[in-house]
Amino acid sequence: MLSDKSKEEIKRVLNKYPNKRSAAMDALRIAQNETGCLSGDVMQEVAGILGMPAPQVNEVAAFYTMYNKKPVGKYHIQVCTNVSCSLLGAEHIVEFLSRKLGIKKGETTPDKKVTLSVVECLGSCGTAPMMQINDDYYEDLTDEKIEEILSKLP
Amino acid sequence: MFEPILLKNINTHDSHRIDVYLKNGGYQALAAALKMQPDGIIQTVKDSGLRGRGGAGFPTGLKWSFIPKDPTIPKYLCCNADEGEPGTFKDRVIIEKDPHQLIEGMIITCCAIGAKVAYIYIRGEFVFGAERLKTAIDEAYQKGYLGKNILGSNFNCDIYIHKGAGAYICGEETALLESIEGRRGRPRIKPPFPALAGLYAKPTVINNVETLSCISHIVNRGAKWFASIGPEKSPGPKLFGVSGHVNKPGMYELPMGTTAREIIYNHAGGIRDSRKLKAFIPGGVSAPMLTERDLDTPMDFDSLAAKGTMLGSGGIIVMDETACIVKVAMRTMGFFRHESCGKCTPCREGTDWTYKVLQRIERGEGKEGDVELLEKLCGNIFGRTFCPLGDGAVMALRGALKHFRDEFAYHVKNKRCMG
Ligand SMILES: Cc1cc2nc3c(=O)[nH]c(=O)nc-3n(C[C@H](O)[C@H](O)[C@H](O)COP(=O)(O)O)c2cc1C
Ligand code: SF4
Ligand code: FES
Repeated sequence: MLSDKSKEEIKRVLNKYPNKRSAAMDALRIAQNETGCLSGDVMQEVAGILGMPAPQVNEVAAFYTMYNKKPVGKYHIQVCTNVSCSLLGAEHIVEFLSRKLGIKKGETTPDKKVTLSVVECLGSCGTAPMMQINDDYYEDLTDEKIEEILSKLP
Repeated sequence: MFEPILLKNINTHDSHRIDVYLKNGGYQALAAALKMQPDGIIQTVKDSGLRGRGGAGFPTGLKWSFIPKDPTIPKYLCCNADEGEPGTFKDRVIIEKDPHQLIEGMIITCCAIGAKVAYIYIRGEFVFGAERLKTAIDEAYQKGYLGKNILGSNFNCDIYIHKGAGAYICGEETALLESIEGRRGRPRIKPPFPALAGLYAKPTVINNVETLSCISHIVNRGAKWFASIGPEKSPGPKLFGVSGHVNKPGMYELPMGTTAREIIYNHAGGIRDSRKLKAFIPGGVSAPMLTERDLDTPMDFDSLAAKGTMLGSGGIIVMDETACIVKVAMRTMGFFRHESCGKCTPCREGTDWTYKVLQRIERGEGKEGDVELLEKLCGNIFGRTFCPLGDGAVMALRGALKHFRDEFAYHVKNKRCMG
């Protein structure tokens, strides 16, 4: 069950649009912020709030990559490996992180603290190589910088 | 030296705050525009020669003039802030550093086309940018630049943020509309064009962040002034983002039509480690790559089209002689494969197949005839897809094959890089 706070937040975003369906993306994001990942139950509940058939909500959740269909760690590290980042060593960054964390890309550490993913361009190509951890961008990455960033993850 | 226009204030302390924006003359263009006839604003933008900065270079004033004038029909403005074309990071700079410049442009645009509601479609990863925008919109409401009866003009306008959730295809304007309507981001069939039946089937203008950010300057300083910057047929300032193997990657605002040589060597500090330039992509990975021979091409819509490529987003990706073109092509096709929305078979299957062939060539497992196979696959995709994503993928690969066919062949034969 979603908290009252999330439900309130979903009700507020409804004001932006002439129909409820348009709020589906916001609602899924709000739900995911609370629950970490979008299980069938959560999507069902979102569908209920929006008065939408559940399959329509599932379809939206399935289409967009930022909706987590599987649980992710407390910290989700997403390394851009598109062209600009790749030219400046993104593959090395992925390998380095992989070694430091002891997991392969797409995996989560056993303590559920960190998930490592590779992603497409994040619009930060002038400060490549780069990665995103949860909401924040980390740019102009080097091995030393990554070590420092990892050591500071609470 | 060209004096920056769009980026003029980004290094000012607190440049994102409304008081700083106002101190620098902000919202004066809005006050002026509210005293103009909507058609007068459209004519000014037409006269300025402004062409859309989202990639296609469509004349902005002309686009606005397609919106029906009937005041009883609701109309919408959508700002495209989906910025996902690899190599592109310009809109993010405006959003984070000077959001009021965009908001003011949007309110003026709404006034010109008679829209009372506008949405900013921002890619979901730009969490910080969306916060900046939210704060700026709130500030604009507080000061009376948004909401009801703006500056006592009887004009009402609301701006809302719609966050994407990771899908490059939502940058395509009709997929963007689908996404705001709460659906999967799959392109719509055109016609009807959005100007007649766009968001919620109502007349809609979709413009890029950089396009809309030009508007207040055009209103303030006049169409003539804008038209006098850069080439006659694509005038104005342009944001060029330079990434890859240069000494000073970053965002450079220069007159449209500045040559790639000047941007790469004079502004971005030249190739790192004094190496030689091998290739450059002029406007995001959908734009076919060029080589040293093309460095003196003016970076504008028409000059680049004449070279078989495009200005696109103006995101320049520079590759020195250490870059493996096969790998760049593989990575690029991997991107299109990942981002294909799956609606049409040539794009969905074609990008997948091409990617797999490129992968095996890159790994040193290429088979004889693979280069020809790639060319054939390109032919099977091109012109047979529903939206320009599929064609963009083909154009990018064809560009690489055109200039570096030998390198692909070498990879297939020798199972490794040329270098
Ligand atoms: C696959 C695809 C992706 C696109 N991505 C973007 C984008 O991220 N931002 C953008 O402004 N335009 C993008 N466009 C172009 C838009 O469809 C549209 O032409 C543009 O937003 C119009 O604005 P403008 O006239 O101001 O250039 C994309 C087009 C295609 C086909
Ligand atoms: S060309 Fe590709 S992205 Fe465009 S509609 Fe077809 S499948 Fe979707
Ligand atoms: S290519 Fe990595 S952020 Fe754009």
